[in-house]
Amino acid sequence: MTPVLELRGIDKSFGPVQVLHDVALTVRAGEVTALVGDNGAGKSTLVKCVGGIHPIDSGEYLFEGKPVHVHSPREAAALGIEIVYQDLALCDNLDIVQNMFLGRENKRGLVLDEDTMEEMAARTLASLSVKTVKSIRQHVSSLSGGQRQTVAIAKAVLWNSKVVILDEPTAALGVAQTAQVLELVRRLADQGLAVVLISHNMNDVFAVSDRIAALYLGRMAAQVKTSDVTHSQVVELITSGRSGDLGLTNGVPA
Amino acid sequence: MTATIEQKPEAPSITSNVRGYAERVRGGDMGALPAVLGLIVLCTVFAIMRPSFFTAGNFANLFTQGAAVTVIAMGLVFVLLLGEIDLSAGFASGVCAAVLAILLAEQGQPWYVAALAAIAVGTVIGVVLGTLVAKLGIPSFVVTLAAFLGFQGLVLVLVEGGTNISVRDETILAISNNNLSPVLSWGMLAIGVGGYAAIQLLRARKRSRRNLASDPISLIAVRVGALAALGGLAVYVLNLERSRNAALVSLKGVPVVVPIIIVLLVVWTFVLRRTAFGRHLYAVGGNAEAARRAGINVDRMKISAFVICSSMAAVGGIIAASRASSVDPNTGGSNVLLYAVGAAVIGGTSLFGGKGRVLDAVLGGAVVAVIENGMGLMGYGSDVKFIVTGSVLLLAASVDALSRKRAAATGLR
Repeated sequence: MTPVLELRGIDKSFGPVQVLHDVALTVRAGEVTALVGDNGAGKSTLVKCVGGIHPIDSGEYLFEGKPVHVHSPREAAALGIEIVYQDLALCDNLDIVQNMFLGRENKRGLVLDEDTMEEMAARTLASLSVKTVKSIRQHVSSLSGGQRQTVAIAKAVLWNSKVVILDEPTAALGVAQTAQVLELVRRLADQGLAVVLISHNMNDVFAVSDRIAALYLGRMAAQVKTSDVTHSQVVELITSGRSGDLGLTNGVPA
Repeated sequence: MTATIEQKPEAPSITSNVRGYAERVRGGDMGALPAVLGLIVLCTVFAIMRPSFFTAGNFANLFTQGAAVTVIAMGLVFVLLLGEIDLSAGFASGVCAAVLAILLAEQGQPWYVAALAAIAVGTVIGVVLGTLVAKLGIPSFVVTLAAFLGFQGLVLVLVEGGTNISVRDETILAISNNNLSPVLSWGMLAIGVGGYAAIQLLRARKRSRRNLASDPISLIAVRVGALAALGGLAVYVLNLERSRNAALVSLKGVPVVVPIIIVLLVVWTFVLRRTAFGRHLYAVGGNAEAARRAGINVDRMKISAFVICSSMAAVGGIIAASRASSVDPNTGGSNVLLYAVGAAVIGGTSLFGGKGRVLDAVLGGAVVAVIENGMGLMGYGSDVKFIVTGSVLLLAASVDALSRKRAAATGLR
């Protein structure tokens, strides 16, 4: 099966600083791909390149097997790529439905079609088995951290997206809420979406991911099946770029 | 997880609605409550101290006294929603009123040309202010403070030093000085209440047909009943003979400014609540970065908010010119701006952005008008009026800031 998203030989520099060197990444539908790496390894830059916020300098960007050029977040969204950023980008003073449709409201003529939006939002939340919100008309300000994350994720999947990229979705959450969000992440993949999960937390990574892609100083150290590696191997890949036969030799992929 | 787990939202009833409202108030979202309570307290106090406060004549006065400030406050709500401020709205209304007066008195233009020109000047002012704030990134406080001074000078230029230009056009004068006939007044009320009931019922029926939570009929009945009762009482009182010498000249009916304010209220409420533009305004005020990422053009939203504000200031200026039958260097000056900002904030619009309704401006405008009017009846001069109005504005801003704090504490923000 062709991967939904495939990157080959991606280079990216900001002025004199080369942030990504020859990075390859494969993201498959129905799988959670964990993207790990230390601070400054290039995770965020890579994700922003995928999302069209930064243009790539060179390399191939294949979507469903076809080469594409993504120059703006809108083009990424049109392909079906949605990114849920760490700071969620929700408006506290709007309710759940209003947030989910922000900027892409359904309209009939001039007037907002609230009823259709409410139905679609309710259906999406139900399909994600979200039952913890009292009313989808409550303001986001009254939601807990986990519920906000859920709304942000639901907003991303509302648009029949194919790839959902989650930037540290559990970083600010407590134990119970983390479990809830991870469950949701797993469910997204089981529904056939390709999920990319950026995380620093090894427990989270091993709990939900099918594959792990480890970045080290702007290079892809290894992309492996989660079941083939141990906790400590992944930590070695993150901290030194290599672990046994895996990883980089003299800074170049083996 | 602390939230309750429910498959279906509970069917809303009057009790659940009341409970929800009480919860919101306790959580710091007071809405219009302070303004309504303030109105009741103020009216009671003034009615006891000065029985003449509760006469039909004075009641009608309240509307014409508060109209200009209310209309300017309606425009300010849009700017405040974005967390910005427009300190120049008062003198912008003065400039527009001066343009109106000059076109009427010196150029002999018909009233509609003069009025449209005045509103167009307001629109241009809004474009300039909004562009400076959005594109150059100058804080709106500074831009509009500069404009406040500049427009003050511009009014002086337009009215040529200290003179005043009198407005004699009958249509313009009618806005603040004439009344609808009693029959027309009742008709207006009937259309208003009927329209409100029809909209509420249609929406509830449409939503319940699609299995969405809808307001119960009983609640709609209460709302429509309250509107009919209050409106009916107001129209009844305004239809009483107010003239001291009815044989000479009859004075009764709803002042013409009332339907003007109601139409503006309905139109702008529709824009804010039912259109994507209004939704995006709230989004920018709540979280500009989130709005930007959602593909909303934040700069354009800012400019349009200033355009609406200054255009509404122009309408307010026309109403003020009509009431005074003239335009002088003080039109839109002295306390007009403070009253307008005060009206919006007293009504429940937040100075921090993201929260506010056009109705707030009307409720707050009523509070300001009652203070001004009641203090006048008590024989206090400008000194006391300024101090009291300033204190009320400070009080309203404190309520705003405190409720925000409270909301943060209860996790509502």
